[in-house]
Amino acid sequence: MNQPMISLESLFQPIDVDALEKAATSGGCASSSCGSSAKPADMAADVWDRIKDHPCYSEEAHHYFARMHVAVAPACNIQCNYCNRKYDCANESRPGVVSEKLTPDQAMRKVVTVANEVPQLSVLGIAGPGDACYDWTKSKSTFDAISQQIPDIKLCISTNGLALPDRVDDLARMNVDHVTITINMVDPEIGAQIYPWIYYNKRRYEGIEAARILHERQMLGLEMLTARGILTKINSVMIPGINDQHLLEVNKWVKERGAFLHNVMPLISDPAHGTHFGLTGQRGPTPMELKELQDALEGGAKLMRHCRQCRADAVGLLGEDRGQEFTLDQLPETITYDPSKREAYREIVARERGDHVAAKEAAVATVKETAADAKLLVAVATQGGGRVNQHFGHAKEFQVYEAGPKGITFVGHRKVEAQYCEGGWGEDATLDTVIAALEGVQVVLCAKIGECPKDLLTAAGIRATDDWGFEYIETAIGELYLREFGVETTAAVA
Amino acid sequence: MAFKIVASQCTTCGACEFECPSAAIRFKGEVYIIDPAKCTECEGAFETQQCAAVCPVPKTCIKAAA
Repeated sequence: MNQPMISLESLFQPIDVDALEKAATSGGCASSSCGSSAKPADMAADVWDRIKDHPCYSEEAHHYFARMHVAVAPACNIQCNYCNRKYDCANESRPGVVSEKLTPDQAMRKVVTVANEVPQLSVLGIAGPGDACYDWTKSKSTFDAISQQIPDIKLCISTNGLALPDRVDDLARMNVDHVTITINMVDPEIGAQIYPWIYYNKRRYEGIEAARILHERQMLGLEMLTARGILTKINSVMIPGINDQHLLEVNKWVKERGAFLHNVMPLISDPAHGTHFGLTGQRGPTPMELKELQDALEGGAKLMRHCRQCRADAVGLLGEDRGQEFTLDQLPETITYDPSKREAYREIVARERGDHVAAKEAAVATVKETAADAKLLVAVATQGGGRVNQHFGHAKEFQVYEAGPKGITFVGHRKVEAQYCEGGWGEDATLDTVIAALEGVQVVLCAKIGECPKDLLTAAGIRATDDWGFEYIETAIGELYLREFGVETTAAVA
Repeated sequence: MAFKIVASQCTTCGACEFECPSAAIRFKGEVYIIDPAKCTECEGAFETQQCAAVCPVPKTCIKAAA
C-alpha cells in the first residue's frame, strides 16, 4: 500500500490533471479503504476541518497544499531591529522581502492566475512587507475582491498586533480564519531591545513605553481573536542573548490566551541586509540551538516546526517558491477563474492522504515497538507528497525527522544555500556547506545519490542512502530505524 | 513652509499618504510627493509631522528649504 498511487511527476508542477485523475482511478491501492481521515487523534474535528488544507497550520497539510502571499499592504506602524524596509532582492528568501508591490486589482489578477495553474493552492495570505492590519484599506479590498472570485480560498493575515484590536470585527465578518501575530516578548524591557519605535495614536513612541503599548495591544488582539474563534498562530523571532530563554514565558502567555500554534523562527541577521541587528553583529541561533529551545517548549502551546520563513510574495508549496513565474509582467490583463484543476487535485489528495496516514501510523508503531532508547536524526530530500522523492544534489532543503521512543516526529528543515548538483556539476566546496547545514544529522534519505558525495558524507559522519527512494517518509524512517536498532529476530521477520 | 520627501530614500510604502491630515501627499509616477501648497507641517493638528513620525527611513520626510 506504500506504492505511489500517483506518479512522482504528478507532484511536480505544473500538475497534469488528466494524468492525476487517471492515476487516481487506475487501481493500485484500494485507496478509500486505507483510512479516510488524516486527523490527529487529539484534535477536535471542527478544528481539523479548518486547518487540514492550510500548509502553515498543519504540518501534514504542508506536504500537499500551497500558499501564496500578495504584497498589497506595504505601510507599517512599527520598526523592528531585524527588518530593513529598503531591502529588496528576488534571490532573497525571508519574511518581508518582496520584489513588487501590488495594487488590490493586480493582486486579484495574480491570485486567479495562480489558482488556475497551481492546483495545490489553498491559502491566500497578506504577510508584508508592512502590516496588513495597519494598511487595512488595501488588505480589505484585496480580500473582498478575491473571495468573491474564489469563494473557497482561505484568507490569512500576518500582523505585528498593534492595529489588530481595531480590525478583529472586520476579520470575523470577512471570514478570515487564520491570523498570525508576531510576538517576540511579553516584557517591555526586552521589547525595547527589539523595537526602536512604534507609531500609535498619531504619534511616535520609543523605548520601553513603545514596547509596553505594543505588548498590551498584542495581548488584547489575541484575546479578541480567541473570543471570536479565529485560529491564531504566534510567530516569535529567536534572538540569542535577547529573547531566547524569554520565549518560554511568551509561550506560556500565548497559550493561556488561546493561541493555536507557536512558531519560533531563527533570527536572520546577515549584515548585507542592512538591518540594525545585522549591522551590530547580533547573531542568529544555530539549527541545534533552535531545536533545543523548541524541545524545551514542547508541552506548552503547540509548536510549528515546518516554517520556511518564506518571502512576502511567495507562491507554491512551503519548500518551494514559484513567485518568479507569476510576476506582474507575466499576468494576463483579464482572467477568469477556472476551478477545475484545484477541484480535481483536492479529490486526489483526499485519497492519497488517507493512505499516507495509514503508512505513517504503521511506521510509528514499528519505531515504538523496536523499543530502543536510541534517537536517530534523519534528513530527507523531498519535493512534496510526503515522500522521499528528491535527488540529493537537487535538494534546496532537507526535512529533518527524529525517530526514537516517542515515535517519528518532524523537527524542522535545513536550508541549503547552493545545491550540490547546480548546473550538473557536483562541487566539493558546495558539499561542505551542505554538510555544515546537516549538523547533528546521522542519516540522509533521498531518491538518488552519487557514489562520490555519498563517500564524502560518510567521511563527515553522515550516512546517505537511496534505499527508500519514493517511499513515504515515515515508512522509510521506520524501516531505517528497525535496520539500525531492531534486534535480529525482528529484523529477520521484517 | 512645507515638508518634502527625499525620493532616493523613500520605500514607497505609502503610510504618509493616508496619515497626512491635509491630503497633501500623493503617488506620482514612481514616487510620493508632498504638495507644498497643501502641507501645513501639521501645525495646529498634531505635535509632530505625521509623515515624519510614521516614515520608516530616517531623514526622509524633512523640512523643505525655504
